[in-house]
Amino acid sequence: MRHEKDIDSLDGAISTPMDRREFLKRTGGGIFILFTLGDSLLEFQERQGRLPSDFNAFLRIAPEGRVSCLTGKIEMGQGVVTSLGQMLADELDVKLESIEMVMGDTDLCPWDMGTFGSLSTRSFGPSLRQAGAEARLVLKELASERLGVPVERLQTEDGMVFDRTNRKLGISYADLSKGKKIEREVTGKAVLKKPSEFRIMGKSVPRRDAPDKVSGAAQYAGDIRVPGMLCASIVRPPAHGAKLVHADTSAAEKIEGVAIVRDGDFIAALHEYPDVAVRAVAEIRATYEREASPLDENSIFDHLLRVAPAPNVVSSRGDLEEGKRASRVVLEHTYLNDYVAHAPVEPHTALVKIEGDKATVWASTQTPFRAKEEVARELGFPADKVRILTPFVGGGFGGKTSNRQVVEAARLAKLSGKPVQVAWSRKEEFFYDTFRPAAVVKIRSGVTEIGKIQLWDYHVYFAGERGAEQFYDVSHHRTTSYGRGWTAGPGTHPFATGAWRAPSNNTNTFARESQIDMMAAAIGRDPVEFRLQNLSHPQLRRVLETTAEKFGWKPQKAPSGRGCGVACGVDAGTYVAMIAEVEANKRSGEVKVKRIGCAQDMGMVVNPEGATVQMEGCIMMGLGYALTERIRFRGGDILDVNFDTYEVPRFSWLPSIETVIIDNMESAPQGGGEPAIVTVGAAIANAVYDAIGVRVFRLPLLPERIREAQKR
Amino acid sequence: MKETIDLTLNGKPVKVTTDSNRMLLWVLRTDLHLTGTKYGCGENYCGACTVLVENEATRSCHVTLKDVRGKNVVTIEGLAKRGSLHPLQKAFADHNALQCGYCTPGMIMTAVSLLHKNPTPTPSEILEGMNDNLCRCAAHNRIVQAIESVSTTSKGGI
Ligand code: FES
Ligand code: FES
Repeated sequence: MRHEKDIDSLDGAISTPMDRREFLKRTGGGIFILFTLGDSLLEFQERQGRLPSDFNAFLRIAPEGRVSCLTGKIEMGQGVVTSLGQMLADELDVKLESIEMVMGDTDLCPWDMGTFGSLSTRSFGPSLRQAGAEARLVLKELASERLGVPVERLQTEDGMVFDRTNRKLGISYADLSKGKKIEREVTGKAVLKKPSEFRIMGKSVPRRDAPDKVSGAAQYAGDIRVPGMLCASIVRPPAHGAKLVHADTSAAEKIEGVAIVRDGDFIAALHEYPDVAVRAVAEIRATYEREASPLDENSIFDHLLRVAPAPNVVSSRGDLEEGKRASRVVLEHTYLNDYVAHAPVEPHTALVKIEGDKATVWASTQTPFRAKEEVARELGFPADKVRILTPFVGGGFGGKTSNRQVVEAARLAKLSGKPVQVAWSRKEEFFYDTFRPAAVVKIRSGVTEIGKIQLWDYHVYFAGERGAEQFYDVSHHRTTSYGRGWTAGPGTHPFATGAWRAPSNNTNTFARESQIDMMAAAIGRDPVEFRLQNLSHPQLRRVLETTAEKFGWKPQKAPSGRGCGVACGVDAGTYVAMIAEVEANKRSGEVKVKRIGCAQDMGMVVNPEGATVQMEGCIMMGLGYALTERIRFRGGDILDVNFDTYEVPRFSWLPSIETVIIDNMESAPQGGGEPAIVTVGAAIANAVYDAIGVRVFRLPLLPERIREAQKR
Repeated sequence: MKETIDLTLNGKPVKVTTDSNRMLLWVLRTDLHLTGTKYGCGENYCGACTVLVENEATRSCHVTLKDVRGKNVVTIEGLAKRGSLHPLQKAFADHNALQCGYCTPGMIMTAVSLLHKNPTPTPSEILEGMNDNLCRCAAHNRIVQAIESVSTTSKGGI
């Protein structure tokens, strides 16, 4: 299954690829292997009509033997700093400790589109392995010349090349790269290791960033200090769409050390201390003109249906009329989900320092190269005069593909002539977040008496198409999408929207899997059996059967009273099945998730422990969009601006979690940071139905919605 | 008002001269250059800013510098002793109890205080004791395992 939509969240600036000659001039000696990031990237670049760069990452074996991999990807918790290192160390035959990952530095790393879409391992990984294997080939060739031993007789291990027949005859990678400057592109001649030959891949290794993260030494953008820097607090409108009429900054100016910067309606207080800057902004009297907007979190759905653009048929097969005729039961339902925030614990942060004609930026971003372009534009600098450095990112989930805070810091650094840090408050984080869009899915489906799905007419509005593909065996189906995915044209959403962990797929899987469950219930069938009866896809069958078996599933039609619900999904090339067990209180509408079982087939697994932690994280995070997370708003005014009313999952929610990763080492690696979240909403909605016979068509499953659903 | 406040910070006496009504979080992060303590919400909801004041987990975004006058304050940077990590720091690393790591200092400080009061908490006491610390990456399962491992292998105090 292809997921071209994965990379569509890139609608903004794309930096020009680094000039190759320029790049090679700048680098020192050693052995360089230049490579690209795989097909999806190339395709994407071509689609954008931009010149494809001939390399997007490279590895360097420095004369002292240090191996560096330089890539525009960033580490935000997903663990690629470890898994990419494992891939490279294994193919290159060096110890994991000797690998250094240099990530998200736009001066050192070649252009990259950004870190999202679970592409790092599945798209970048194979290319990185190729590069590692290629480097090993080069080293063997060099060693062959130096040792006078034919390449076939050479063997590599822990950074050394040996003569297989005489292990005393050997030379280190460091010695081989000394005094050299060799550049190679990946030729494809080097043979990758077979899974049976892996020594580091496929093994669980501890996170390489853990020591710094537990000691407090790990630096995030807000932890960077440069001499003379000031912290900014910016005057914000009370609502989206509000216009500044008047601002009185006189009281704020009296606070010692505060500088007020003003450029039109952009006003900020700067101070050595961030808290004093915030206090100064509180002293600014600003009045606004606001347009009354009738939209709120309930009226938004009718609005969305009203403004929906012309449909786009994503896929279709057979004839819907015939499907309807063949069906014994036809069900028609509408599914909704509210806006959801990314809410990383680290808010958007950036520090910009301008020296002469060059700007240096430390940013909390998933898209450093886009940030570079944006800063250059803001400052009127050529792009090559802007350098973005990406320290550790404190969670992204798609929200940090947007770099508004970086541009703000650049603007203030230019206006004030000082290095400026912009670190959003929690309220600003909620206000300027690119929310997961509110969306509508309408489904009409039909099934025969013996449980064969015959009709599937699917319409998704404004969520996007990822995860909307039909994977059950349905002879007559059509999938139709309205709107451009998670971003939409003006007049659609009252504020910005964007990609949220496994974008579109949480919405689509909730709708599809709820509907499938209702068909099973309508003809009195067990929901697992019903799915298997309509599913010939081997990997999906396998994850579903595995989950059911591990969970101890006993076939029963819903509602059975036991509170168990199932869902299947496909995301980023990975197949997932999940069963949730809940306790639901009919009277209060409260739901407690007791247990979640999940199996996933993600192809080759580089770091099983790391992948398991990602699955657990997806499951636990998913409880939020399933049960509580939603943004309330009135006319552009965001009402949920902190964690008191915007409820994210917490320790007391922790269900018992059982995960299985299907052994499939011979296949290409697929996404790991997103897939298991897509099934959470549906599995819980189905479990609630199984527990108390109440069907809720809107996420999150708030207690009042569960109470309300019983009145219908 | 600007005044000089004495306190013990990570085992050493420290004097800070600034507006003593400022929140401890910002004084730590700016005046004292201890950036391990994080801002997450500023309003006592997330726990990213947790430090120990007299061994008690305390939200540094919610106490002023004045409030810790003469007190014993420990931040994440002060947990390791003679270059070796505190058992809980080690346990968090060993159990993969972190992803982005941004909530981690606050989690560890809260757990240290929890085990200080109750060296052998039950699983539900751990959940309850940690409940007001938020982790958006959702490393909860591993954090609980990390704390459990320390509660049974050591005394857990600092
Ligand atoms: S920053 Fe102090 S509790 Fe969130
Ligand atoms: S590890 Fe990212 S917030 Fe906890």
